[in-house]
Amino acid sequence: MEWLGPEEWQAVRLSLRVSFWATLAGLPPALLAAYALARWRFPGKQLLNGLVHLPLILPPVVTGYLLLLTFGTRGPVGAMLQEIGLVFAFRWTGAALAAGVMAFPLVVRAIRLSLEAVDPKLEQAAATLGASRPWVFVTVTLPLILPGIIAGAVLGFAKAMGEFGATITFVSNIPGQTQTLPSAIYAFLQVPGGESAALRLVAVSVAVAMSALLLSEWLARRAQKRVAGT
Amino acid sequence: MTLSVSLQHRFGSFDLDACFEAPAGITVLFGRSGSGKTTIVNAVAGLLRPDAGRVAVDDLVLFDTGRRHWLPPHRRRIGYIFQEGRLFPHLSVRQNLHYGARFSPRRPTHAEAGRVVEMLGIGALLERRPGALSGGEKQRVAIGRALLSSPRMLLADEPLAALDEARKSEILPYFERLRDEAEVPILFVSHSAAEVARLATTVVALENGRVTRQGPAAEVLADPAVTPLGARAAGAVLSAQVVRQHDDGLTELDAGGTPLFIPRLNAAPGTQVRVRIAAHEVILSRQRPEGLSALNIIAGQVQEIRAGDGPGMLVSLDTPAGRVLARITRRSAAALELAPGAICHAVMKSVAVAPEDIGGPGRNETPGLR
Repeated sequence: MEWLGPEEWQAVRLSLRVSFWATLAGLPPALLAAYALARWRFPGKQLLNGLVHLPLILPPVVTGYLLLLTFGTRGPVGAMLQEIGLVFAFRWTGAALAAGVMAFPLVVRAIRLSLEAVDPKLEQAAATLGASRPWVFVTVTLPLILPGIIAGAVLGFAKAMGEFGATITFVSNIPGQTQTLPSAIYAFLQVPGGESAALRLVAVSVAVAMSALLLSEWLARRAQKRVAGT
Repeated sequence: MTLSVSLQHRFGSFDLDACFEAPAGITVLFGRSGSGKTTIVNAVAGLLRPDAGRVAVDDLVLFDTGRRHWLPPHRRRIGYIFQEGRLFPHLSVRQNLHYGARFSPRRPTHAEAGRVVEMLGIGALLERRPGALSGGEKQRVAIGRALLSSPRMLLADEPLAALDEARKSEILPYFERLRDEAEVPILFVSHSAAEVARLATTVVALENGRVTRQGPAAEVLADPAVTPLGARAAGAVLSAQVVRQHDDGLTELDAGGTPLFIPRLNAAPGTQVRVRIAAHEVILSRQRPEGLSALNIIAGQVQEIRAGDGPGMLVSLDTPAGRVLARITRRSAAALELAPGAICHAVMKSVAVAPEDIGGPGRNETPGLR
């Protein structure tokens, strides 16, 4: 793509990488949280529910600042993780963490909805046929909620691509390190004559978002067809 | 193999306290909806944890609250045929059929699987998805799926209730074959008198969570005291043999030496059948009636008379063909001076025997009924 400058190109690549890892790393905990909220009864369930949804209702700046306090080099968790060589502060990994946290509630909601649509009677039937709980989950529940997982993942990916407030607060706006698409657009708009570069990045944003949406529609339709059993 | 069940369970105002044994063949749990039938099968399968009780298949204890023993459902190896089939929608028919095999210690061989598929007539459906099957086809696949998990026993919770009459008569013969060919005991829940009459080797009658009577089917069904569905649904079962087909559309049966005429039954002479005679279709007469359109007249001796709440009474009659139940009014009983020991004739119209009242033989027939 000749029409993108190296700096712009860098922002696009970084954004894709950040969103990919944010989505991938976020899926297992999102699946667990969705399962707990949909199926388990335990004290503090409402607390977990609130915690999961917090990034959705807090101002992103607040989420970013809380991440900085917790995962910053001097934060309690950040200092601990630094010992094993995992640094979030002002790195692309931090941008991925911020994007993942912001996308988390959307992913959980999508998976939870599909979990609640699964008929527990099918899981009972699997148990009478000899499947233990983990096997029931892998062979019945998981295939049946696959459309929900795909929808959640794509929604999360799109949210991660667009995440700005928490990212810029947590890991700042360093070209090549933490300057994602939205940060780059913002930066270009701050300098005179940067509108054309900003506009090009806006076009890329729209293209990526649209193709993600179309891909998810296609995948979900295929999965739905499998699940409907026709 | 024998299943022995003893259960106490309470939820809300409903109180279940049931104790019975299910030997080989089909044991039908018989009672109105809400009498606790499904609770019992779910407890046997391990899908419901009862307050107290013990369930065992021969020496293997599935659970025993006294000894705090609980085998989780996936380790019980009990094939459960659900009312709604519950096929896995994301798997093909073939994958559904083989789902249980991977968890079973003894995988069915290729030949065994082939036999089940052939018996159920589902060979043409193997690559289809459950969503593309009819209700009857789904239920046949569900039966096959339960059979191929190499179960210790089978549970069937009203597997025909969701089907229309045509589909029911499509599935019933498969259960008859299971009863006569499979080695495992089958616990079958039903609230249909015709199903019980056709399928049951043993009947466990349930009323409001209590077992009111259990025993061989012919015995329990001919007992005027046992009417879990009310006297209107009472009816005895006769064992008979097809003798010959008549040109006028009738089939002649032999029940203990007595000829019995019923509407055309497509079966070869010599075939053993069970015929359910609904109690309200039987007329009693002290003298042998003459000039009557009804073709079946059997002499017998009154065994027992049981009065109901309404104007009706149930009379059980010992005949050479077996025990017959007749539902008559108190007024008639008084007019005929019926009492135990009295000799009278049971009159039955041929056309009163519906096709769903006629079934295959079953291997554990009570002797003495022949």
